[in-house]
Amino acid sequence: MDRAKRINWLVALSLLLISNYALADWSALNMREGVTQISREIYRLHMIVFWVCAVIAIVVFGVMIISMLMHRKSLGAVPATFHESTKLEIVWTILPITILVVLAIPATSTLRSMYEAGDSDIDIKVVGYQWKWQYTYLDDDPTKEVQFMSTLLTPRDEIYNRANKREHYLLDVDEPLVIPINKRIRFLITANDVIHSWWVPDFAVKKDAIPGFVHESWTVVDEPGIYRGQCAELCGKDHGFMPIVVRAVEQSEYESWLAGKQKQAKLAYETVGKQWTMDELMETGEQVYAQNCMTCHQGNGQGIPPAFPTLVGGMTRGPIDEHINMVLHGKAGTAMQAFGVQLNPAQLAAVITYERNVWGNDMGDLVQPKKINEMLSQGQ
Amino acid sequence: MSAVIEEHHDDHHHGPDKGIMRWVLTTNHKDIGTLYLWLSFIMFLTGGCMALVIRAELFQPGLQLVEPEFFNQMTTMHGLIMVFGAVMPAFVGLANWLVPMMIGAPDMALPRMNNYSFWILPFAFSMLVSTLFMEGGAPNFGWTFYAPLSTEYAPPSVTFFIFAVHLMGISSIMGSINIVVTILNLRAPGMKLMQMPLFVWTWLITAYLLIAVMPVLAGVVTMMLMDIHFGTAFFSAAGGGDPVLFQHVFWFFGHPEVYIMILPAFGVVSAIIPTFARKRLFGYDSMVYATASIAFLSFIVWAHHMFTVGIPIAGELYFMYATMLIAVPTGVKVFNWVATMWRGSMTFETPMLFSIAFVILFTIGGLSGLMLALTPADFQYHDTYFVVAHFHYVLVPGSVFSIMAAVYYWIPKWTGYMYDETLGKTHFWLSFIGVNVLFFPQHFVGLAGMPRRIPDYALQFADYNMVSSAGAFLFGFSQLLFLFIVIKTIRGGKKATNEVWEGAHGLEWTIPSPAPYHTFTTPPQDLTEAHG
Repeated sequence: MDRAKRINWLVALSLLLISNYALADWSALNMREGVTQISREIYRLHMIVFWVCAVIAIVVFGVMIISMLMHRKSLGAVPATFHESTKLEIVWTILPITILVVLAIPATSTLRSMYEAGDSDIDIKVVGYQWKWQYTYLDDDPTKEVQFMSTLLTPRDEIYNRANKREHYLLDVDEPLVIPINKRIRFLITANDVIHSWWVPDFAVKKDAIPGFVHESWTVVDEPGIYRGQCAELCGKDHGFMPIVVRAVEQSEYESWLAGKQKQAKLAYETVGKQWTMDELMETGEQVYAQNCMTCHQGNGQGIPPAFPTLVGGMTRGPIDEHINMVLHGKAGTAMQAFGVQLNPAQLAAVITYERNVWGNDMGDLVQPKKINEMLSQGQ
Repeated sequence: MSAVIEEHHDDHHHGPDKGIMRWVLTTNHKDIGTLYLWLSFIMFLTGGCMALVIRAELFQPGLQLVEPEFFNQMTTMHGLIMVFGAVMPAFVGLANWLVPMMIGAPDMALPRMNNYSFWILPFAFSMLVSTLFMEGGAPNFGWTFYAPLSTEYAPPSVTFFIFAVHLMGISSIMGSINIVVTILNLRAPGMKLMQMPLFVWTWLITAYLLIAVMPVLAGVVTMMLMDIHFGTAFFSAAGGGDPVLFQHVFWFFGHPEVYIMILPAFGVVSAIIPTFARKRLFGYDSMVYATASIAFLSFIVWAHHMFTVGIPIAGELYFMYATMLIAVPTGVKVFNWVATMWRGSMTFETPMLFSIAFVILFTIGGLSGLMLALTPADFQYHDTYFVVAHFHYVLVPGSVFSIMAAVYYWIPKWTGYMYDETLGKTHFWLSFIGVNVLFFPQHFVGLAGMPRRIPDYALQFADYNMVSSAGAFLFGFSQLLFLFIVIKTIRGGKKATNEVWEGAHGLEWTIPSPAPYHTFTTPPQDLTEAHG
């Protein structure tokens, strides 16, 4: 009776364990298989080496545990006197070498396919900035080039626990990269300030973005979907807050998206000539500030001196040209970037106007996009 | 008659001085060993507190306790302090205490330099820690301090960091020269190199590694200093330099550095396992050759830390194959330890428990190292928590456990008293459970895609981070028990015999417990006990 009870318990317990394993969501525990041929190959390699390691561990630890259970002084074990064996030493040198060769073969072939050069269908330049990504769709006709910044969308209230964290917390951006499926996409990866690393786990693409160097990587995605990644190289304060989102779509959807972006760029170009009102500038300026300036200079403009200076007083109350130049060209060796190449003239005019008229900076002056354009062409 | 009087006279003058000046002016290897070990323990607790700040912030998603800027300072200072302040000085402390006693020497060969080597360190670490209170904060670019984040974009305190690193380097180089000279010149007459205990062997090899790579570290931080203050552009692409050059030079130092932190641990474990298995170390010769092979390989694998920086395929393949080779001599060592245990007559006192845990958990870290060696897979593992789990497995239940094993094993010889076995075992089990709860889940979050060095993370990583943080606090607070045990042992307890352990071999067990202030003033004649 007692024994039957015990067996019942054992059966119940093992069933519970098995069902747990069956239901467990392995994606939280293991590498993702991904959606490219390379990512699947790497996943397979990972699983092979994992099982090889697991078997080695079981054998080695098994022998240790048997020894610990059997060869105890308390059981009256008498120590043996052997202390060397050239034969054994040779065996456990040769055996690991054999295992290593077996592992090196698939690793080498996967690496070769990763490095395979080939003609690409689309070239995208990826530039890491502190702390956002810039994407440029390269085109032989420069007027057709599409360029945009991709920044974190998660609001500060969620990060600072003042609002509930939604799905894709920290993994959402304002403008995802859009690519067509089944096309060979070449990424030309570099950085503007410090080293970043562009990583999308589902593509198994991870490449360091290094200032002064352009490295290339490529992918062919075979399933439509939204794929998320993060910067993988420590790049300063907001390293944890510069995600990567890639939307892989059918070719036709990609084409209409690209056409839309090209039209948008043209429109933005046309707004340069228009006279903006103070209200329009302040409204746009606030948005631009929140997206581009706030991480460093903070919501109240006071920054985190000395690394990130305050905008309350100082430059924002000084001569307007100096202020514009700082925003357009940045300050070398600091996180203050040259926003002239990141934002369009209307956005630049708006954010400068905004900065000069909030937090008690009552300068009352306003900057028109036209003025920015003039200063940009002077600078060149 | 006159001889007796002279001896008496000698005793009187050669005892330790009284008061603080004993420690400031000491040239005695035992005193200096003690100083190193205490400094290391203070640094271990300091770096540990920083780790707890990190784990407390990562307990839940969102920013709760610290801002990202301060978080980065914590990860950086934690790494630097643990590597240079906790692990390295602990092994130098053990070398100071043990190498002369193991080879039958009266002291280190260069006692005055020994004093300097130690006393540089408190200044170096005060300077490093003081950066936390400087304008702009402490270094925040990670313990690997990649340029240009650590040059053009660094806080002003980087200059103090550079000088602190220089001081640590000078200390390490002097300490290593001392160890090499001691081992090569002061062995008891008749003791051949292949008769030395393995701890002495591993330290001899480690000392050569230190002498080889510390100048490289000094070089790279000097290049940083020039870039920051004197207008050079070694690491600035805009000035014609190369940020990747920094990584090559750093890792040429950095990879041997990780073996500097593990080879003496191999020596410790190779002393302890035979004692408690009551059986000679299996494969002594192959252990020596394996250690030397690992040291050699450590110089030719550095770029495996840089697989994603854009190295041509030939380079990637070479560094992958060379790295995989390290598994062979490391495997030999593990197999030899297991063979030493096999058919022994084992008891499981605290040093043995820590040593067995070392073999198992270090092997887990070694196996994940083999996974990381495979370049294509590394593209997915690199800079994730998988790497964090890997190197913490080899450093914490690896190096740190071996240091704790060493303290329990030799403290009866140092103090003359046995430690409290029940408390020691409690400390072991708390540490063992804590360390695994802390680091094992980090493999999972790493594979699932969590990058390292981030103060906040996506929601799918929340569960395992919480478990990991709980483990961190368990492991961290268990170390206060260790402190208590050590102090309790120093203050008294059961008297230790000269041999201390039933199965122990080695010259250090032939002298009284506690070891007199001066030992082996005349070299030992009987070397049969020299190594197990």
